[in-house]
Amino acid sequence: MISNAAFAHHPDPAWRGRITATLIALLLLWPMLIASEFKPWILLDAQSLGATWHFLSGFFPPAHSREFLLLILEATWQTIAIATAGLTLALLGAIPLTLLATESLSVSRLESGHMRFAGAVVRQVARWLLVLLRSVPELVWALLLVRIVGLGPTAGVLAIALTYSGMLGKVYAEILESSEAHATQSLLKNGSGRLAALFYGALPASASELVSYTTFRWECAIRGSVVMGFVGAGGIGQRMDESMKMLAGNEVSTMLIIFVLLVACADLVSTFLRKRLG
Amino acid sequence: MSFVLRCTSVRYASTEHSDSFHALNDVSLTIAQGEQIALIGPSGAGKTTLLHTMACAHRTESGELSVFGVEPWALSHAERHALRARLFLAPQTPPLPPRQRVVTAVLAGCLPQWSFWQAIASLVRPSDPDTAYDALARFNLQDKLYARVDRLSGGERQRCGMARLLVSKADAFLVDEPLSALDPTLALQTLATLQQEATSRNATLVCSLHQVELALSHFPRIVGLREGRIVFDAPRAAVTEAMIAELYRNEKHTGQDDPVATQADTHITPQF
Amino acid sequence: MNQRRASPSPIIEPATIALLVGMLALVCASFYSLTIQWGELFSADAMRSSLEFLRGFAPPELAWTFLVKIAGGTLETLSMSTLGTGIAFVTGIALALPASGRFGSVARSFIRLVLNILRSIPELVWAVILLIAAGLGPFAGTLALAVHTTGVLGRLFADALENLPPAHEATLRINGASPITAFFYASLPQILPQLMSYTLYRWENNIRAAAILGVVGAGGLGQMLKYHLSLFQMQQAASVIIAMLLMITVVDAASFWLRRKLTGN
Repeated sequence: MISNAAFAHHPDPAWRGRITATLIALLLLWPMLIASEFKPWILLDAQSLGATWHFLSGFFPPAHSREFLLLILEATWQTIAIATAGLTLALLGAIPLTLLATESLSVSRLESGHMRFAGAVVRQVARWLLVLLRSVPELVWALLLVRIVGLGPTAGVLAIALTYSGMLGKVYAEILESSEAHATQSLLKNGSGRLAALFYGALPASASELVSYTTFRWECAIRGSVVMGFVGAGGIGQRMDESMKMLAGNEVSTMLIIFVLLVACADLVSTFLRKRLG
Repeated sequence: MSFVLRCTSVRYASTEHSDSFHALNDVSLTIAQGEQIALIGPSGAGKTTLLHTMACAHRTESGELSVFGVEPWALSHAERHALRARLFLAPQTPPLPPRQRVVTAVLAGCLPQWSFWQAIASLVRPSDPDTAYDALARFNLQDKLYARVDRLSGGERQRCGMARLLVSKADAFLVDEPLSALDPTLALQTLATLQQEATSRNATLVCSLHQVELALSHFPRIVGLREGRIVFDAPRAAVTEAMIAELYRNEKHTGQDDPVATQADTHITPQF
Repeated sequence: MNQRRASPSPIIEPATIALLVGMLALVCASFYSLTIQWGELFSADAMRSSLEFLRGFAPPELAWTFLVKIAGGTLETLSMSTLGTGIAFVTGIALALPASGRFGSVARSFIRLVLNILRSIPELVWAVILLIAAGLGPFAGTLALAVHTTGVLGRLFADALENLPPAHEATLRINGASPITAFFYASLPQILPQLMSYTLYRWENNIRAAAILGVVGAGGLGQMLKYHLSLFQMQQAASVIIAMLLMITVVDAASFWLRRKLTGN
């Protein structure tokens, strides 16, 4: 007698799900390939190869004339300055917004057990403002600001200030709310003002996180200000845009090298700052 | 002959001490094809190292080692790789990735025989679930065929590791403490299945055990290891209680302070 | 009578003070060298013209034909970001193998250097460069995202691989499996959830990047924005910006939900 077990089949229960998932993925992939004009063979056609080769061959040697290097150094400093100034303004803007948006510093909440209506409204508005500021990509702010204040670093500084105050505000609010509420609450209960409760209660507890996040954002701001240079907001980005338009491969390669070094240095500095101040 | 070791020493660098020391010292052992041997001894004696050496996962420092009649470390890389396919090492901790399903983990025993594309295809859809089912059924785990490894208990995972051994095509089984997480009944059943399989294939079985009574009652030949040396190598009838006591002498006292005992022989870095 | 004890020594070391002074100097130097006309910026005139400018945005253009164009642009942007991230997932794993030391330490250092360069250069700069090879349009954007994200993911994946205990993979190799098969059977399954989580998180960043890559000609909503702004068609520009915000919100939510499902499983 042949037992059933010997001839039993044990089909994979997950197989159906995998087939379905694959089909759905393919169904989604096809329109995406078309919408994004995904044609990898373009890279290999004669015209494209010729243009690429011509451009890349200009990369060596990188431009290294004295005047050019001085120009680039100046532009690099401008980029750093834009990022630093923008971030400082963002800090100044983020602090009042954070205070408005943070629940744990709400004095009115203590007194009546639930927040007074006006206080709650202000808090929500502050939060929405922060969301708007950080959701609009900084390049879009730069595009708009260039049309208001003109080409040059001002637009870059303001764009960074706006976007990053949104980001810093949100993270500061989160850090402060999650940090030890007790210290802040007891200070508030004992009658200290909001600002004092912030500085002596919430801030010391979260200082290292705050510093860490701010230095991380400084690095991002440097990258951001390079990108904004491409829409006319100054710095090494604008120089790169100009050189690209002229297809000056040697200038572009120098700037790329300098830029990679800049990012590496900023990374080192920020790690150092975090260790020291954190 | 399956394995011939002559005056073999194996050394490896210890992370805790400044110099390396001998995990195995002057070990000589001859094992014929089809033999079944139990390896016993206190922790840190070098049982795992010996198994790894026989599995060609660890070079010998001095002495001779021959596996299936050839010297593995004199071969080319590819030839040694082919040799390894005839050996199966089952480590103490079951080598099963937690989120993987049991069927894939068990069928991994067939990898030496599969081409790259067959292996990938089996990842997408297990190519031979019936074989895995039969292997698991011999340990009464057939219901767990499509379960995830991390949903199994420790004992079930150990038996899954043994199921992988069953689906492999090895001619020698080198098994490190396969019964440590099993209760006495399950331990007996598992050991019986292991030995049945070895007998039916005429495969050599070298099994390290902590349960000395099981070793004595089930294996015709017992090898006692202590501090990297073979203390005795005898048929079970010739092994006396005194020999066992001497082998495990002071084992309770060798706590964390004894350098030999603390040597993490479960953390061997294999060489290929 | 109790005497007050002397106050404790200052918590801040002199080195930290020097650092803070240095940072302050950097900030001042930055503002000084930028010569921004603050007075002009916040003058009544400037405020008025800014408000004038902003008023031009309302109401956003909602004509049906235009909304269809926006939908097309959104689809283009979405496709760019998804394809670019997906390609980077595969190439990231491929480069993570040498970058985690599996092919020796020379290969590891070299590949890690390459990955660093790939991720140091922002997506926009890559797009500008790749326009030469790929021409105008979203293809350059997809490639730019793929290249930059490979650098980011490759490094994250390599670190995850290096932190993985090697025992399971080593055992398969000891028993005769080839190294690459052992990787797929033992190591990849263990880190896959983490890799996918990183990738989904990166997708959130890439949708923002994809939205603006069009500004340099790489298609999608960015290209539409640049076009309408340059023609001073503010209401259309406003619609495009709103579409960007909506798209970013949806992708953020989707990524969050998918990541929750991954870790829940």
